[in-house]
Amino acid sequence: MSPVGLNHILFLSSALFFIGVYGFLTRRNLVTLLMSIELILNSVNINFVAFNKYLYPENLDGLFFSIFIIAIAAAEAAVAIAIIINLYRSHQSIDVEDADSLRY
Amino acid sequence: MPDTRVILILLFLPLLSFLINGLFGRKLPGSLGGLLATATLFVSFLLSLSAAYSYFFGSVGITGAYETLIPFQVTWLQFSESFSINMGILADPISMMMIVVVTFISLMVHVFSLGYMKGEERFATYYSFLSLFTFSMLGLVLSSNIFQTYIFWELVGVSSFLLIGYYYQKPSAVAASKKAFIVTRFADLGFLIGILILSYYGKSFDFVTLTERLVPAASTYSQAAAAAGFLGISALTWALVLIFVGGAGKSAMFPLHIWLPDAMEGPTPVSALIHAATMVVAGVYLVARLFPIFSLACPGALDVVAWTGIISALFAALIACTQTDIKRVLAYSTMSQIGYMMFALGVSGYGAEEGLGYMAAMFHLFTHAMFKALLFLGAGVIIHYVHSNDLKDMGGLRKALPITGATFLIACLAIAGIPPFSGFFSKEEILLSAYNSNYTIYIIALITAGLTAFYMFRLYFSIFWNKPQVSANEHKHEGTLSMLIPLLILAVFAAFSGFIPFSSFVTSDGIPFETHLHLEFSILPVLLSVSGIAIAWRYYKKPSTVPASVSQKTGSLYRTINKKFYIDEIYLFVTKKLVFQLIARPAAWFDKTIVDGMMNTAAAAAQVFSLSISGLQSGKLQHYAYYFIGGAIGLAILFIYSIA
Repeated sequence: MSPVGLNHILFLSSALFFIGVYGFLTRRNLVTLLMSIELILNSVNINFVAFNKYLYPENLDGLFFSIFIIAIAAAEAAVAIAIIINLYRSHQSIDVEDADSLRY
Repeated sequence: MPDTRVILILLFLPLLSFLINGLFGRKLPGSLGGLLATATLFVSFLLSLSAAYSYFFGSVGITGAYETLIPFQVTWLQFSESFSINMGILADPISMMMIVVVTFISLMVHVFSLGYMKGEERFATYYSFLSLFTFSMLGLVLSSNIFQTYIFWELVGVSSFLLIGYYYQKPSAVAASKKAFIVTRFADLGFLIGILILSYYGKSFDFVTLTERLVPAASTYSQAAAAAGFLGISALTWALVLIFVGGAGKSAMFPLHIWLPDAMEGPTPVSALIHAATMVVAGVYLVARLFPIFSLACPGALDVVAWTGIISALFAALIACTQTDIKRVLAYSTMSQIGYMMFALGVSGYGAEEGLGYMAAMFHLFTHAMFKALLFLGAGVIIHYVHSNDLKDMGGLRKALPITGATFLIACLAIAGIPPFSGFFSKEEILLSAYNSNYTIYIIALITAGLTAFYMFRLYFSIFWNKPQVSANEHKHEGTLSMLIPLLILAVFAAFSGFIPFSSFVTSDGIPFETHLHLEFSILPVLLSVSGIAIAWRYYKKPSTVPASVSQKTGSLYRTINKKFYIDEIYLFVTKKLVFQLIARPAAWFDKTIVDGMMNTAAAAAQVFSLSISGLQSGKLQHYAYYFIGGAIGLAILFIYSIA
């Protein structure tokens, strides 16, 4: 068994990213969409950490970026959930297909 | 040398009166506004007398000539180091003469109007317009700069417009004011272009500098102006002819005279002031102001002035013989007399005896202002009395209007050129200068002189004789004292101002000279005038059928003259039929279809395009996500493969 290399991790993060994208484009439920966005963000986090560890182990930039992203993702989740709750109050639905009033 | 402050005060007093009457006039009780305007103008008149006195009797320099002085000047618009538009005051013999004439006639008219316009609803407005006019006219004659002249030129135009349209309830007055404004504006376009050409070659707007630079044929300026040309005519000639077009429009010279007879729709004192004595001679004044350039640098343009003048003189005299509206006869007579002044300038040479025509034109301007203002004010009294402008409604008025009759007779004798009344002297000198330079013009001028005597006395006899006498009516009186006093004062001047030794004050080069009366030369013109009067006496003193039968026999000729040679109809044909149909309509079509069409096409294309892509904004979140991710992937592919 070969040791875990950068390529493996990048493969993982790409898979995670595209799963997230796929979920974002196909799911109807807004909470699921939020979860898909979390997947996308975490795939980026993994990339940061992986590049940091394998390419520039003496620096900590990548780690800091991941921490920032986690913090922002938490804030974003709070805002998004607030939006979803408000949407539910006004439309009695959290289906993304129903929220299409803003159109030409 | 006149005091600068005196000139500035006399110039700005009428402006002050305009502001007071214009802003607060309606709140002033009774005729206070009119009295105020008259009082300020009286002060202006005294100041202008003192300015003229100190100029004429204090400034003959070492050379024995009246110098051209610029006692006051400010830079108004600085374009470059050496090129600017200045505002200044120019004192020379003609400007000093003109301020006296303008303030004097204006004062007479102000006093007259106190009676004539009494009880008018817009009394103060009337006086504010009169004051505005007086200010503008004084500014015009005192301008040291051709651009400043242009500004005041437009200001007199606008005050003339306002006063012609004073009875704005009358559609004919409104039409007349519009006509006057449009015709003179059209002419002023020529004036403006002329100014631009002249100042382009002279590199200055100042009269003095322009004269210095353009008169010597050897100067670089005049050589450049003579070398450049258009249609084989030098730029200088174009400039002067175009400036003269402006002057001809203001002075009602043929063929731009059509506004003057209609301008008689204004109140009669206004006609006396603006359309007889002062504003309409602005064109003569302008030519006189630029006379050194006309005479020394460009005699060709002066020929245009001469021929326009003489044609207008004869043309207007012919029409005046057939008109039946008292004010229109006077209007055509004004046009004819201004034609006299114009051709006198046109045939004049420069300097001393050669410049007799110049001096005679200014002399005639002066005497004409006196007797023509008198005629118009007299006509005002008559119209006030009979409430009609038409000669048919008049006749036998000499007992009812004794003072008017006497003063009117004096004015008629003066304009007919009967010695020793003022018109005789100025007209003799004009005829003499024409005789010395151009025989054709002299002959036409003689004929015109005879016609002038005829139509003026036709007017006089039709008003005061002709019918059985109307005795003084108890209910109707001749007019208030304020109307009669100006008549008497003007009559004195109309009778005796010919004895002023004009040539020792106003000459083309400022050097006084002596004029001598040539008695043997005067015989012919006086004889012609007397025979004109005799014919009028014969046929108009008593009711007679001869004039009617003469007009019957001459049929179409009479009709042509009576219809003013159909000039108005020609103008209407040219504007309505030719300009509107052939130029305005195609231009309107081009504007509506081509210019608007281009705009409309562009707008329609934008609308169609935006409608076709508006479906993209569907409101569906995931569609937007598709576009976004698709775009991101597209960019990624682009960067990866184009960099690789």
